[in-house]
Amino acid sequence: MDRTPISTHIILIIGALFMTLPVWVAFATSTHAPETILREGLQFWPGPHLVETYNEVLFVEGGVMKQVTATTMLQNSMILGIGFAIGKVIISMLAAYAIVYFRFRLGVPLFWVIFMTLLLPLEVRIIPSYEVVANMGLLDTQTGLILPLIASATGTFFFRQFFRSVPDELLEAARLDGATAWGFFKDILVPLSRTMIAAILIIMFVVGWNQYLWPLIMTTKEENYTLVIGIKQIYQVLNEGGELPQFQKAFALTILATLPPVLVVLIFQRWFVKGLVESEK
Amino acid sequence: MKRVQFEHSAIPYLFIAPQIIIISIFFLWPSAQAIYQSFLLEDAFGLSSQFVWFKNYSDTILNASWLQAAGFTLVFSSLVTFLSLALALLLAVKANEVIHGASTYKTMLMWAYAIAPPVAGLMGNLMFNPIIGDLYSFMNVIGFDFDHKLDPVDASFVVILISVWKQISINFIFFLAGLQGIPKSVQEAAKMDCNSSTRRFWTITFPLLAPTTFFLVVINITYAFFETFGIIDTTTQGAPGGSTATLVYKVYQDGFRGADIGGSSAQSVVLMIMVLALTVVQFRYIERKVHY
Repeated sequence: MDRTPISTHIILIIGALFMTLPVWVAFATSTHAPETILREGLQFWPGPHLVETYNEVLFVEGGVMKQVTATTMLQNSMILGIGFAIGKVIISMLAAYAIVYFRFRLGVPLFWVIFMTLLLPLEVRIIPSYEVVANMGLLDTQTGLILPLIASATGTFFFRQFFRSVPDELLEAARLDGATAWGFFKDILVPLSRTMIAAILIIMFVVGWNQYLWPLIMTTKEENYTLVIGIKQIYQVLNEGGELPQFQKAFALTILATLPPVLVVLIFQRWFVKGLVESEK
Repeated sequence: MKRVQFEHSAIPYLFIAPQIIIISIFFLWPSAQAIYQSFLLEDAFGLSSQFVWFKNYSDTILNASWLQAAGFTLVFSSLVTFLSLALALLLAVKANEVIHGASTYKTMLMWAYAIAPPVAGLMGNLMFNPIIGDLYSFMNVIGFDFDHKLDPVDASFVVILISVWKQISINFIFFLAGLQGIPKSVQEAAKMDCNSSTRRFWTITFPLLAPTTFFLVVINITYAFFETFGIIDTTTQGAPGGSTATLVYKVYQDGFRGADIGGSSAQSVVLMIMVLALTVVQFRYIERKVHY
């Protein structure tokens, strides 16, 4: 079959438009003046105010956001995304190594404890989790933000699957050479898992960046807001009387919150798909 | 498990310790607390509490607003799961047929994966904004008396549309990978046996995709239960009149807004049981899958 029927392309084009158009419109609208948006509605082509809007959102404190700029929020989101991804990969890899490569008495029960965390998302134990973090004095801290989120074992299962596909001969050979447990892990398994680690870092960065409920309840100071949380605020002020609604700023923040994870996924597309598909099943 | 393993000693415990410690503090302990609190009745200031057995359960589960949320969750998750799977499957099948421009289509269809649900919600919020939202005007122009701030059906429509939009990408990725995993020889044999491409799809391709589809059904139900929290919170906030509040959203509303810790915990526990039941079903199926 060399030629694809035209109907296939039509369906795909409609699908692609459906998926991309909202984000494009959000971007185009963010580059117009508030008066234009108010008068004409959403915009489909970029306007003249790109630099002005983004400059204001990124660097000028006050206005709708009062105390915090998008730059600070970008930073917080980055810390959350990167911290979450790295933390997850480290503890997951170590745990998966123990589960796959050792036979120990508590191995099976501990495996089930880890497995259980897959079933119950943070959302269902949100109030007691909040209390625990509050009692530890970790509200409004990066530690308090990240640790409860990495207390689930998705990563462990990614690595468990992967380690199980590593040939047994490697360990046999390493043991003949007198490798220690830590030596085998550090010198053979970690280098061997490089692409897997990259794939999971990417997926987890996106997951961490996109967190909502937990940062929403545990950050109270504006300077700790992540972008995903911070933009909610500007929307709440949008419809309040008095000033001209700053729709362009709302759209600009939406684009800023979207851009980093989308770029990461687009740039590392192949790894990302590989990690997602090969390990989740 | 590996055939060859290290001798058991203290070492595996050191490797598994970081994970177990974090899980114990931030998962096991709060989960136990949720169960414990679901049996307590606390006063508004949290100063005193009383053990009330299943009163919280009977108070929160059997009342009209919980049942409404349960009903909405059911309709909402079924529609979101069905629509996003169906659309993603259609797009994946078509993308799999395409030879020229395939990677462009793939990229454009999968990038929305990276957008956070609440951000998608906020974008939808603006598209349906009564002042500037083109979709809002469009719905009214084509004759719906559309107002998602007042009409429960319209509000549900907005929430479902955004949730489906957000979920198509991930389903698309998995379906496409599944389709590309079907061996060429099988496809060619099928082509010899059967001329109609529609029949070929339903009798050969679709059954081969069944494991992927089932896996995605579970993923999508979980998504509709939990991750749509952000979409609901940024669009309707459960309004009008709680008609678009899912069970998870209600846990949050009752717990944080209503300060009803016991009732909210009881709802959490019920949710946990529901998710566990879902997992049992999943495992049954996976066991069956082995016989294919």
